[in-house]
Amino acid sequence: MTTRIVELRRGILKKNDELAAGLRTSYAAAGVLVLNLVSSPGTGKTAFLERTLRELRARGARVAALVGDLETDNDARRLAASGAPVRQINTHGICHLDAEMIGKHLEDWDRVALGGVPLGGLDYLFIENVGNLVCPSSYDLGEKIRIVLLSVTEGEDKPLKYPTMFNSADAAVITKIDIAEPCGFDRDEALKNINEIRPGIRIFETSAKTGAGMENWLEYLAELRGNHGA
Amino acid sequence: MHELSLITSVVETVTESLGPYPGARVLAVTLRVGALASVIPESLEFCYGIASEGTPLEGSRLVVNVLPVIMHCAPCGEDVELEGVQSFRCPRCGAPCSEMRQGRELEIDSIEIDEAEAGA
Repeated sequence: MTTRIVELRRGILKKNDELAAGLRTSYAAAGVLVLNLVSSPGTGKTAFLERTLRELRARGARVAALVGDLETDNDARRLAASGAPVRQINTHGICHLDAEMIGKHLEDWDRVALGGVPLGGLDYLFIENVGNLVCPSSYDLGEKIRIVLLSVTEGEDKPLKYPTMFNSADAAVITKIDIAEPCGFDRDEALKNINEIRPGIRIFETSAKTGAGMENWLEYLAELRGNHGA
Repeated sequence: MHELSLITSVVETVTESLGPYPGARVLAVTLRVGALASVIPESLEFCYGIASEGTPLEGSRLVVNVLPVIMHCAPCGEDVELEGVQSFRCPRCGAPCSEMRQGRELEIDSIEIDEAEAGA
């Protein structure tokens, strides 16, 4: 028996990382700011995004969204009510979106819905990931900003339970603050835990229902675009 | 939850890398997995048995080396190893750390092969 050790030193997600790098280059070339929204199922990503799309459009921004779910196009229909171009990605059992899915849908979408213009001359493209605080953290979609959402109906210790996701996020959004009190939500504890896992991260406290906190969030998006375009 | 798709990718990559060693049999595959990579070593091992069936990797060992999280501590001016993933503070001075040096790796480090059967 002749044994030999062969050094490979290859990233397991190399293929995804390469595709994501390609997407990042094309987003930058098209001047579109891409955000990846991640959370558990039921945090209210869709309601938050619905309101965000509507408010951005009212301010004259060109926005679009890709939304991932295992099955159904319910979320795409809800988001499309904002008037923004929206496309549903059904993963059929896969627990996350990956760069290949995004690339494939964008290619097709450019041709059909966005008038052949690369990324349609968009200002913002939001990607609503599959509701899951574990797997989406490993898959780069070429986004500039990763937003993690946490609702007041979830435990304040979610950041401690899912450190990878919270640590890899660029900003955090707390949703459903209009029902914080009946839920017994401990705000200080939640903020402390987020900061323990991702020190110094920007945190927005919002309600898609009442609009509370949306102003700060929209300002942040405008700031990002300012920096992005520069 | 996505361990099976990760391991399937490992099996594909390793199989491709056997090009220069025709007929070789894989004895072991060693992975480097950061403590913050969101994968469970036991689950990787379980999936490995399934994914390697009928490939040159069948019957081989999977070795998962878990790497601790290393952050850069600005006040200390040094890279420091965290004891866990529940607090991203410097274990020496307590300052919050946001610059990660190690912890999210998900790599195939090396493989051990038996060339004896090559060309046989």
